[in-house]
Amino acid sequence: MTRFILQRVITSVITLFLASIVVFIGARMLPGDPAQVLAGESADPALLEAIREQFGLNQPIWVQYFTYIGQALTGNLGVSTRDNIPVAEILLQRLPITLELAGLAILIGLVIGITAGVVSAVKRGTFVDYVATGFGLVGLSVPSFWLGLLAILLFAITWQVLPASGFVGFAEDPIGNLRGMILPATVLGIGLSAVLMRQTRAALLGQLSADYVRTARSKGVTRGREVSHALRNSLTTVVTVLGLQLGALIGGAIVTEQIFVIPGFGKLIIDAVAARNYPILQGAVLVAVTGYVLVNLLVDVAYAYLNPRMRLSGGSE
Amino acid sequence: MRVLDVSHLRVEFGTEDGRIFAVKDVSFTLGRGEILALVGESGCGKSTVAMSIPRLLGDSNVTIGGSVRLNGADLSSLNEKEMQAVRGKDISVVFQEPMTSLNPAYTIGNQIAEVIRQHQKLSRQAAKARAIELLELVGIPDAARRLGAFPHELSGGMRQRVMIAIAVACDPQVLIADEPTTALDVTIQAGILDIFRRLRDTLGTSIILITHDLGVVADIADRVAIMYAGRIVELCSAQDVFSLPSHPYTRGLLGALPARAVMQGGRRRLTDIPGFVPPPTTDPDECQFAPRCPRATAECIIRRPALELVAAEHEVACYHPGPGDTP
Repeated sequence: MTRFILQRVITSVITLFLASIVVFIGARMLPGDPAQVLAGESADPALLEAIREQFGLNQPIWVQYFTYIGQALTGNLGVSTRDNIPVAEILLQRLPITLELAGLAILIGLVIGITAGVVSAVKRGTFVDYVATGFGLVGLSVPSFWLGLLAILLFAITWQVLPASGFVGFAEDPIGNLRGMILPATVLGIGLSAVLMRQTRAALLGQLSADYVRTARSKGVTRGREVSHALRNSLTTVVTVLGLQLGALIGGAIVTEQIFVIPGFGKLIIDAVAARNYPILQGAVLVAVTGYVLVNLLVDVAYAYLNPRMRLSGGSE
Repeated sequence: MRVLDVSHLRVEFGTEDGRIFAVKDVSFTLGRGEILALVGESGCGKSTVAMSIPRLLGDSNVTIGGSVRLNGADLSSLNEKEMQAVRGKDISVVFQEPMTSLNPAYTIGNQIAEVIRQHQKLSRQAAKARAIELLELVGIPDAARRLGAFPHELSGGMRQRVMIAIAVACDPQVLIADEPTTALDVTIQAGILDIFRRLRDTLGTSIILITHDLGVVADIADRVAIMYAGRIVELCSAQDVFSLPSHPYTRGLLGALPARAVMQGGRRRLTDIPGFVPPPTTDPDECQFAPRCPRATAECIIRRPALELVAAEHEVACYHPGPGDTP
């Protein structure tokens, strides 16, 4: 087991290293010159040169990369080209907001998705199944920006039960914070729950007809226990899909934060792209990639926990 | 003393292509400590009979008729919840596929303890102690350590032993073993049959053994029911089936047995039964073996022969029972 985890950690580190190169080069492939954006259209060439000098933009790209990665390893992600605030500081400020949003969305997605998936698999071919499957299809097809606007229209404008936008820190006002988060988190979670619902249903249907479920039945256990036997073996697929969906979740968070005006990571990335603020862009994307890799590492570990056969294939055999 | 009394059991499956008559009127009894073998080729309905007794067919399109009595109490009148109390406690099952019949995600200790705690009010510790006892009973060495093993860490034979441990955990009165040795090596097979024999001798367990292997029958069974096309065609003692086979189908099965040909000097050619098994989609009032039978006469396709005594405790469903190819 230890060896299995160690192997996955090494793979993750390599992935991160490669991702950092892609992010670094990708940012510089954006059309537009950060010095030009900072100094304005009709800036003096000497001023532009000074700005490039200040941020090291005049050096060869590989020198820039190694300087950047060397500093990044010590926790220094550079300073924002716009206001000279350290990138790490800005990220630390924005990250918890997006984490809260994503965490709530995952929670909502898991609860709705797995419950609906289990119910529709167990009640296969009944009205409940059709409703749940229909919900899954709608949840997959409806884009989150439209769902977000619809939610604002209904809950904030027509019924006026929840705020349309505006973010309050959790520390300042926990209730207000949750009231502000519930709509965006639900909007973000619905899409996830639709995917999870379909995965859970398909996996569980396959497992429910397995021989070991019949064995459980022959022991005289209740239908609920039978289902839990099958569910345990279905969750491996569900957990894998959850890890893979994280990328979509990050993308969804960017859109959702725009709609609900939440000052999180998504808004930060979009603003950084507009300002050609390379340090912020690199830092933010790198942190997002790290999160993605980290979650998939956790997924692999959870996978080994759920499926004992995986623990061997990791290497000790 | 009768433990189990199956009478006029019928099992039909509704499919898109019409009804399937899997079991058409099967009756037999099972005494305490008796081992009854249900023998027949694939598709004859023997497994369906076995699975319909504890109602494990699990298909919403299945219709079960007739009655199953356990110590005189009619099981067919029980609802699902009452039936759960019977399964695993009074009637339990060992399945054919040891490789897939255990849950891969749980330890075997967990899976044994589950059935114990389902039917007996035992603490976790007591259930664990009982599980170790059961693993020793079915001959798994180093039982205490094996409790934490997952099914994939065990061989097929070991898994089947675990399945038996689960099945006998609550001292069932009836144990149904559905081809328990088919998927195993011959060397392992003998060990498994030994466990059944020991259970019968020490606990008085009654066993229904589904098999298509007449060698297994000779080894362990007290009585044999030969099934053909959803019906029992011959029901007799295990000795009689080999010494006095009376139904032409039984005789055909024995003729196709290589070991018997060797015993008889090795010069006899193996025989086969001409023709094919009739499809299970019809249930005509005739002997369904008649088209393949060397002794068939006009009578056989006018009316179906019923099981009748031809000797003491020897029933045959045939108008022309006895040896030879012509009546």
